[in-house]
Amino acid sequence: MPYARHSDADRAHMLATIGVDSLEELFADIPEAVRAGGLDLPEPEAEQPRATRLEWLAGRNRTDLMSFLGAGAYRHYIPVVVDEIIRRGEFLTAYTPYQPEVSQGTLQAIWEYQSLIAQLTGLDVVSASHYDGSTATAEAALMAIRQTKRERVLISRAVHPHFRKTTETYFSGRFILDEIPMTPAGSTDLEAMERMLADGNVAGVAVAQPNFFGALEDMATAAELAHAAGALFIAAVEPTSLAVLSSPAEYGADIAAGEGQPLGIPLQYGGPYLGILAATEKLMRQIPGRLIGRTKDVDGKRAYVMTIRAREQDIRREKAASNICTNQSLCALAATVYLSAIGPTGLHNVATSGAEKARELERALAEVGAPRTHSAPYLNEFAIRVPEAQRVHETLIERGVLAGVPLANFYEEPELAESLLICATEVTTSEEIAGFASALKEMLA
Amino acid sequence: MSNIPADLRYSEEHEWLRLEGDIGTIGVTAHAAERMGDVVFVELPEPGTRVSMGETFGVLESPKAMADLYSPATGEVVESNAALEEHPEFVSEDPYGAGWMVKVKLDSAGEVGKLKDAAGYAALIAED
Amino acid sequence: MSEPLPHPKLGLRPAVGPRVPSSIFELSRPGTGGQKILPGDDSVLDDIPEAMRRKVPAALPEINESQVIRHFIKLSRLNYAIDTGFFPLGSCTMKYNPKFNEWAARLPGFAKLHPLAPDSTAQGTLQMLWELEQMLCEISGFEAITFHPAAGAHGELTGILMIKAYHASRGDLERVEVIVPDSSHGTNPATATMAGFTAVEIPSDDRGGVDIKALRAALSPRTAAIMLTNPSTLGLFEDQVDKLLEAVHEAGALTYMDGANLNAVMGYFKPGEAGFDVMHINTHKTFSTPHGGGGPGAGPVGVGDKLLPFLPSPRILRSDDGAFRLETQDERPSAIGRMRSFQGSTGVLLRAFAYIRAHGKELQQVSEDAVLNANYLKALVSHIYEIPFPRHCKHEFVASGTEMKKRTGVRTLDIAKRLLDYGFHPPTIYFPLSVDEALLMEPTETESRETLEIFADALIAIAQEAYEDPELVQAAPHSTPVRRLDDAEAARHPDLRWRPAKGEDAPC
Repeated sequence: MPYARHSDADRAHMLATIGVDSLEELFADIPEAVRAGGLDLPEPEAEQPRATRLEWLAGRNRTDLMSFLGAGAYRHYIPVVVDEIIRRGEFLTAYTPYQPEVSQGTLQAIWEYQSLIAQLTGLDVVSASHYDGSTATAEAALMAIRQTKRERVLISRAVHPHFRKTTETYFSGRFILDEIPMTPAGSTDLEAMERMLADGNVAGVAVAQPNFFGALEDMATAAELAHAAGALFIAAVEPTSLAVLSSPAEYGADIAAGEGQPLGIPLQYGGPYLGILAATEKLMRQIPGRLIGRTKDVDGKRAYVMTIRAREQDIRREKAASNICTNQSLCALAATVYLSAIGPTGLHNVATSGAEKARELERALAEVGAPRTHSAPYLNEFAIRVPEAQRVHETLIERGVLAGVPLANFYEEPELAESLLICATEVTTSEEIAGFASALKEMLA
Repeated sequence: MSNIPADLRYSEEHEWLRLEGDIGTIGVTAHAAERMGDVVFVELPEPGTRVSMGETFGVLESPKAMADLYSPATGEVVESNAALEEHPEFVSEDPYGAGWMVKVKLDSAGEVGKLKDAAGYAALIAED
Repeated sequence: MSEPLPHPKLGLRPAVGPRVPSSIFELSRPGTGGQKILPGDDSVLDDIPEAMRRKVPAALPEINESQVIRHFIKLSRLNYAIDTGFFPLGSCTMKYNPKFNEWAARLPGFAKLHPLAPDSTAQGTLQMLWELEQMLCEISGFEAITFHPAAGAHGELTGILMIKAYHASRGDLERVEVIVPDSSHGTNPATATMAGFTAVEIPSDDRGGVDIKALRAALSPRTAAIMLTNPSTLGLFEDQVDKLLEAVHEAGALTYMDGANLNAVMGYFKPGEAGFDVMHINTHKTFSTPHGGGGPGAGPVGVGDKLLPFLPSPRILRSDDGAFRLETQDERPSAIGRMRSFQGSTGVLLRAFAYIRAHGKELQQVSEDAVLNANYLKALVSHIYEIPFPRHCKHEFVASGTEMKKRTGVRTLDIAKRLLDYGFHPPTIYFPLSVDEALLMEPTETESRETLEIFADALIAIAQEAYEDPELVQAAPHSTPVRRLDDAEAARHPDLRWRPAKGEDAPC
């Protein structure tokens, strides 16, 4: 055992102090009927051969390919300082800050995270984070239901399919989730939305900005329509886009939810990621999860503490709004360090650089016969029309290109069948774009 | 020894009621407030809401606990104490005065007979 | 303030570093920092309608890299952590987090892999996850594992939703209740409610186990499931667990095991083999993945045959030719749906994989040392602190401060705060709810005998202080960077974000 601490002499002394003859006595209360006979696992593996094993496994992943994959998780440059800080044992191996006197590091860092997300979204109350964008959106929908006491939520079909499906699972048949259809331009059909709001029984409306196809939505009108029907407006947002796009507060959102992975968190094949959840002050007591507040200690010194805790599961138990216990604290810390390191100009550059590269990509691919599928404005992600999209996608892998993801993997609509969803970010190079275009050109010739 | 004003009526869930005509003013007793600790938030119903004796009508929150408020009367809420939004601590500091919670127009003033008097409430909390 | 009792290894020392610094917003100076990302051409935004563009820039702080480092390093020094000291938090399993796991997770092959990367390009990660599933099945005694849940509570919700789907698939729609012991973790009843069930609480018996009579009385055709923690949150093995499972199954209900305490029984008790239908595992407890100040963890869920059809999709499969792949969307229509984006918190699971490979079959000895340490610590303090359940515990035990409170006025909270002055993080306090003034202590197997002895000495010293100078204990901690906080004000007037001072405009 690599981390064991006791010698045989230690164990003997401890058993004697406890007053038993053998370790077996401490397990004697496990009934025969349910007792297991050991573990059929390999022998322990020392660090050196284990390192070889892990390197071999990592080597089997093809991360050398030119990637244009987005669809909810994005390649970004992560400044070196982020890892310097999140590797520190004092952050990495700290526990939930239930004893605030010895947890001011975590508490202040998360309060700073809450503040940064409040600045980005314009909304005052930010939870100390949720598991990911999907679960944050599901919880936002449940918040709307609790607040309005209505049972139906509308969600645009253009919201990320994972967000929609997770919300449906969370509703668990207790509430109704209806999809708002899309327009051919690639955005949410607001006329259809207005009709669906007419029964006056809608608790909340959720629209993504940008949406799954990278297209930009008319969030202000959508929010107005929702409010006119007495529903809350939920914006599913991508955080780096908030450097240049309207903030949820600017267009009247009540709740913002989203995936925080672009803020300094590596791809890691899907997680751990960062669920962003923010709301207006009015909804403060409806927001699930932890909230960190600033206060003073008994000597009048500034200090931070978990607050409004009475809503949480350990106190409220079966009456708790959500069962959430952990947050994604270290991921929120990564986001805080990321934003501190790149600053407002850096975040602006991430957005404009990505947009610039995306337009270069669009032009290059249109030139070889793969134009954009949709016509709505976009920031840095979009779908392209490619005949036999699935086959082209597979063949391009062999040519060293990850040409995004076939839309047919997510949508059944025939008009989306021959499309690939691709993106560019600040790390996409002109060489990569040229490589993609030339490989595609060969295939389409 | 908890403060138990003689002119009020009391429920088993530690609410008090002051009847004036057919309007009952309702709050929580000093005993309940002490047990809660510092009250930090009070959730109260809007005027116009119907409440029923024995049913919950709101929530009290302290840093470490939440407690449901049970109505000692049946009727319609005519006023909620707006001051408690800025000053939830009134419940802890002055539960029978500034810490009042709602005024209810009772369906039947006679219903108050089902509540305990001061002596009856004192006996109840002595058992606690 | 009186002097501490003399002791060669004890003595007051602050548990963590110096003062609480200003926030990043107060450190901000215009024109400093940044220069990490190349600028793009701003004119590209011209094709975006004005109405969709941001009017007021976000007031993000501008700080130089050297300040970023100083600021966050100062903050880190205000934290107590496993890497700085003993953390006997009951129910949390604060064992050493191996640094090898951090190295492995950062290998670019793992860290840079996109979750939608085609299977052929993700064989390393898929193989790792598939092997992890095999190993967790062996440890837990289950048939299959889902890696979707991002946390234990998330795993509980997944498991309970699968149980709901199971009963629905059999047309058994009357089962609307979930039975939960009074000693359970708060997530259990909260999960039941979230899934649309009514939580029904049953008491423990005087030995600290589930009261089997109360259980039988609570079981009915309305029971969907029971949620059990074994060993219980009191650190005691349910020695009637076989009878409990039988009673529940006879009533047509299913059995959920909260696997938070798995560290106590690896190799000795496999819940799936014993008859549980579903269990979640906390990788950040049993399998050493770091707590990170509150997360991220992971809560993989194991199931037997009954619930396997309902696992969230996709699972990780192995083809006949030996290649690994994700299950396709329509391959298993009975799946309950998605619990999250993508496939799981792979980065966390990878750390658990590395940990399990390091120990292999010796995970059984991990449990043995965990149990040994808890019983030893209990033996060292049981003459001073009441132990409501004197039988041998497993990996954790509960002490009660009730007697001390009666005699001295010093409560468990005060004892916990005074431990900070002795350089220790306190145990879990006021949980489980079934014990008054509870102190729940879990040393874990990665602590030495010496640490346990010093900790016990600190507890004994504090007990003595409680009798001789109770005010000292009640005003603790004295030596931490901040002392007791004003919780009430924090909750009454929540200050949840930075705001510019009056008269200043944003941006910073």
